[in-house]
Amino acid sequence: MHIMSSETTPLFEQLGGQAAVEAAVDNFYRKVLVDERVAHFFDDVDMERQRGKQKAFLTMAFGGPHNYTGKDMRTGHARLVAMGLNDSHFDAIVELLGATLKDMGVADNLIGQVAAIAESTRADVLGR
Amino acid sequence: MSSVAYAGRSLELSLGESVLDGLLRSGIPVAHACKAGSCGSCMLRAVGGCVPPRAQVGLKDSWKAQGYFLSCVCVPEADMEVSEAGADTRVTARIMAVDHLSHDVLRVRLQPERNFDYRAGQYLTLIRDTGLARSYSIASLPHESELELHVRLIPGGRMSTWLCEPASVGAQVQLQGPTGECFYVPDREDQPLLLAGTGTGLAPLWGIIQDALRRNHRGPIHLFHGALRMEGLYLREALRALAARYANFTYTAAVLEGTEEPGIFIAPIDAVIASSHPKLNGWRGFICGDPTLVRSLKRKLFLAGIAMGDIYSDAFLPSA
Repeated sequence: MHIMSSETTPLFEQLGGQAAVEAAVDNFYRKVLVDERVAHFFDDVDMERQRGKQKAFLTMAFGGPHNYTGKDMRTGHARLVAMGLNDSHFDAIVELLGATLKDMGVADNLIGQVAAIAESTRADVLGR
Repeated sequence: MSSVAYAGRSLELSLGESVLDGLLRSGIPVAHACKAGSCGSCMLRAVGGCVPPRAQVGLKDSWKAQGYFLSCVCVPEADMEVSEAGADTRVTARIMAVDHLSHDVLRVRLQPERNFDYRAGQYLTLIRDTGLARSYSIASLPHESELELHVRLIPGGRMSTWLCEPASVGAQVQLQGPTGECFYVPDREDQPLLLAGTGTGLAPLWGIIQDALRRNHRGPIHLFHGALRMEGLYLREALRALAARYANFTYTAAVLEGTEEPGIFIAPIDAVIASSHPKLNGWRGFICGDPTLVRSLKRKLFLAGIAMGDIYSDAFLPSA
């Protein structure tokens, strides 16, 4: 039998798994929709579909199972890059993600790990 | 490119062309309305070949298993042989009565020939013998023997103009459906409900409200109905009577033009909701009617605190 110490407990489980994603997604999406730095990127989207995408993104950023590839990230954001998506918007999203987790009472070191995973997608999201 | 065989004929589809568009292009009449995979009126049955999964989204499992598919969103990757959907997917009904609820809203009552199962708030597609098909929300409740639809009179609208003619009463039509996810689910009986709609968006809401009250929903039920002018606020007396009878039901109306009266605001309906209900955490929302309004209200209700999973909506796509 393998007993995991807290250091080796996967991030996704420490955050609370899929239930944590479910608890975070509406709050995160609301923050994005009212933040004037990034809200305009979400004006013409189908809300249910967008919520689905945000769930997939949060699952990945929380260290959970996902099928994202760098190529998906690039093609998925190409339209937004053409609209002017840049580092400042990426930073804003990471900040809102941190604020969402803070609202949920997640510890700072875990928020840092989530931010680091999100950070790893920067080049692909911004098409560089 | 793939070919489609239908009733002894075969036709080549152009790249990206749907089965419905191919058949119509070849002069084969197929009933259709929304062309977006939602109304169900263009349903056909595959007797050979493979149905793309996209063409069966939303269909009952038993229908999927029999090869039924929506031809408007079916772009086959290989050859297919298709046939008419067959009588078992449609119910014949007789138009029993047509009367005016307002200057531009008709109440149409239908008697189905056999059981037509639905949930209050869902919609159906009415198909004439000419193949003309239009989707309408159901305003009646499942236990009633007749179905009730509220039909907006559209200038030049082919179905609504026909329904206005005396000859439509007594006529036989086909019903396809029901469809739609906008209905009351009897759990969390204490949850407050907010229902908002414009024009005939009231039809499904009227059904949903009565359904919730019949199922003894205990939480507050607040209806907001919007119209351009006062005469568009149909069912006003019936809704006021319902509010007088049930302490937990409130009716608020809003018009864009006119003079203020008790319970009637001169303001856009979303502004009325925002000022009376700025915080909606824990509520359940139902929004029906004009697509632009549905879209913007959905966003506003979500931002006011309603969980996305608690927002039910039905956007009416106009069609002459």
